[in-house]
Amino acid sequence: MEQVLQQLINGISLGSIYALIALGYTMVYGIINLINFAHGDIYMIGAYIGFACTTFLGMGFIPALIVSMVSSAVLGVIVEKVAYKPIRKSTRIAALITAISVSLFLEYGMMYFVKPETRTFPEVLPSQNITLGNVIVNNKDIYIVIVTVVLMLVLQYIIHNTKTGMAMRATSMDSEAAKLMGISVDNTISATFALGSCLAGAAGVMVGVYYNSIDPLMGMMPGIKAFIAAVIGGIGIIPGAMFGGYLLGITETMVSAYGYSLYKDAVAFAILILMLLIKPKGLFGKNVREKV
Amino acid sequence: MPVLKLNKVSITFGGLKAVSDIDMTIEKGQIVGVIGPNGAGKTTLFNLLTGMYVPTSGEILLDKGTPIKLNGLKPYKITSHGIARTFQNIRLFGEMTVLDNVKMGFHCRTKCGFFSSVIRLPYYYNEEKRVNEEAEELLRILNLDSKKNELARNLPYGEQRRLEIARALASKPSILLLDEPAAGMNPNETKELTNFIVWVRDKFDLTIILIEHDIKLVMGICDKVYVLNYGNLIAGGTPEEVQKNPQVIEAYIGSEGA
Amino acid sequence: MRILSKKNIITALLILLIYAVGEVMLRQGIIDSYIELNIMLIGINIILAVGLNLVTGITGQFSLGHAAFMAVGAYTSAIFTAKFGQSFIVAMVFSAIAAALAGVIIGIPTLRLKGDYLAIATLGFGEIIKIVALNIDYIGGARGFMDIPKYTNWTWLYFMVVLSIVVIKNFVDSRGGRACISISQDETAAEAMGINTTKYKILAFVIGAFFAGIAGALYANYFYFIKPDSFGYMKSIDILVIVVFGGMGSIAGSVVGAIVLSLISLFLQSIPELRMVVYAVILFLIMVYRPQGLLGKGEFKLKFLRKRVA
Repeated sequence: MEQVLQQLINGISLGSIYALIALGYTMVYGIINLINFAHGDIYMIGAYIGFACTTFLGMGFIPALIVSMVSSAVLGVIVEKVAYKPIRKSTRIAALITAISVSLFLEYGMMYFVKPETRTFPEVLPSQNITLGNVIVNNKDIYIVIVTVVLMLVLQYIIHNTKTGMAMRATSMDSEAAKLMGISVDNTISATFALGSCLAGAAGVMVGVYYNSIDPLMGMMPGIKAFIAAVIGGIGIIPGAMFGGYLLGITETMVSAYGYSLYKDAVAFAILILMLLIKPKGLFGKNVREKV
Repeated sequence: MPVLKLNKVSITFGGLKAVSDIDMTIEKGQIVGVIGPNGAGKTTLFNLLTGMYVPTSGEILLDKGTPIKLNGLKPYKITSHGIARTFQNIRLFGEMTVLDNVKMGFHCRTKCGFFSSVIRLPYYYNEEKRVNEEAEELLRILNLDSKKNELARNLPYGEQRRLEIARALASKPSILLLDEPAAGMNPNETKELTNFIVWVRDKFDLTIILIEHDIKLVMGICDKVYVLNYGNLIAGGTPEEVQKNPQVIEAYIGSEGA
Repeated sequence: MRILSKKNIITALLILLIYAVGEVMLRQGIIDSYIELNIMLIGINIILAVGLNLVTGITGQFSLGHAAFMAVGAYTSAIFTAKFGQSFIVAMVFSAIAAALAGVIIGIPTLRLKGDYLAIATLGFGEIIKIVALNIDYIGGARGFMDIPKYTNWTWLYFMVVLSIVVIKNFVDSRGGRACISISQDETAAEAMGINTTKYKILAFVIGAFFAGIAGALYANYFYFIKPDSFGYMKSIDILVIVVFGGMGSIAGSVVGAIVLSLISLFLQSIPELRMVVYAVILFLIMVYRPQGLLGKGEFKLKFLRKRVA
């Protein structure tokens, strides 16, 4: 029982990371119908920025987190303006391939500059274990969950209580109509990318702090898994991404706990395929019929 | 002799009854009109007839000597039974040439399979030749042969509509379903289309079912008219009968009936 | 036009000529083993690209799991040659069939999916196959499968390349091929025109997988060592890049694309990380400035042959 509880705690931390990255995917897909393959790499660069801040500038956890979030947001906007805006009117395949190319560019560009070895984060959050009964909770787990919850609350506030958020919701429903209502679709899309990338960057820093190692290709798997999480919840639906992230994180740690850790990635993909076949609009999605 | 019969056909989409209890009898050689306000279920009816939707109740019977129940058959099977259609928003194969679009229509009337094609048996060459000739003939009859190598998406609107009909005719149907063929046409074009439809019916020995909003066209050439409103059949009869039906007038035609 | 038309005879003679030239150059040692290795890679990439083009370019089914079919073929061939001691031709047949079966297994559940969802589902399937392979000790797991007999030579490679191009080209220029193209244009309209879209979508997957299996067998029995990580979605993306670069829907484009991109990879080999960066930039530029690829939808019409013999 304690094992299960222990794994649950690990799962919640992992799920927080997936949820943060998944939010970026789902927001971008909701607004421009693009699977941003490069999103996982923004997460990776966020981690490296955090690494640079803590290692070379001696910053603490929170300052590094904030710097990384801001830089990731800027990077996300730049990627959108340079790479995705020109292909906004292209076919889906062209858009997907462009996203793949940006992802490759970021991964291998990073590898060229920082070399492929993994780096270790300095100890910015002194590890402290709190024992609750037979379960050990590390304060890093608590930090991750608190930061994630705070960020999600802030995101919810922005989406539902600000003009930018309303513009984002309107544009994701009907960008033409939004344009006619005077909403700057370009700026709204940039804001979406900024928000999503900011969250991904935060996730990157936290992973660096929690797992202690980062490398240029660290964004690939979490990126795909976060995308799976977004699909589970219903792509384009923000609460869905949060739910999907936690569901996937907990499932993955449970699978590992039961001894099948070699298959944990396969399980994630199996869940993806099942979702796509049974309920492609996701657990929270609505069924929309194609009008013939 | 009825070539198509609908008995109490209904379809429900998650709680919404899009079409309910439709009874229709269509005789061979007739031109039958289906009219009704937007959202009445006319295109849904076509989708039911062509197998894109499966009725939740009722039956659709095709008579080809022996009656065939069309419920649940896949669209391509229904096409091979002899029902072809055009679409409300023209659905041509845009990046294919005009000729290829028509050749596509012959698909269910040809047989060359994977191995014969790959090994290039004589059967392949013979069938390709035949399909080419028949396709070009069809284009000639419909006055599109000068554009046969043009990409379908480059054609002007009226010719695209004609091409869609040519493609449908290629499958050698006995029943042709036309979904708003006059959409987007001016009165002159509509008049030409009216004559064209009658001519097509005669030349290819067809039964035609037509969805239209243009009342003059419908009343002009239809032998029989069915009126739908909110998924229900509110009238069915000759154009004159339907025009005088008070329910129809109330729902749709208004004072422009005569 | 008959099968023994002048055009076909001249084409056949050209094919044999190129084969003979290659064979002579190899035997005389004019082509060293380094160049031979690259020719092998190019040939394998051509087969993979042409197969994927049929699925994604011609039939419009966006597949990001093509490398998995190659993996199935590679491992099947490795097992049959190294573990069962069979001849290459037996191994090749089984590889192709095994891969084709995998094509059916992946093709059927994904029938209802379109566009992005189909892409991700195929990627998922591909990764599942790779992960399964990583965990089977019989085939070496993560350490890989070693000591696969080297049976692949110029003859095998060349004629498999020719076979894949001829089969797929002949299929595309036929009633079945037209059906596949119409599915990529407008699936609903195709279904309404009497095309059994289910059959053709699965057929495209199976043919593509069949040839990917052959490519896998050629690969395994040339490089005598294979591991699951070589067949992940990065490889699938590599093949997709070739197809897109050459022009989706153009068989000749896939051939040209495979050659050009393999050569570009070759020249950038000295700077490995930069190679991927350059690759990514090329990909991006094509998507923005020439999304239809090098040859668009065109093919080599060999018009000059027709004029002379008409």
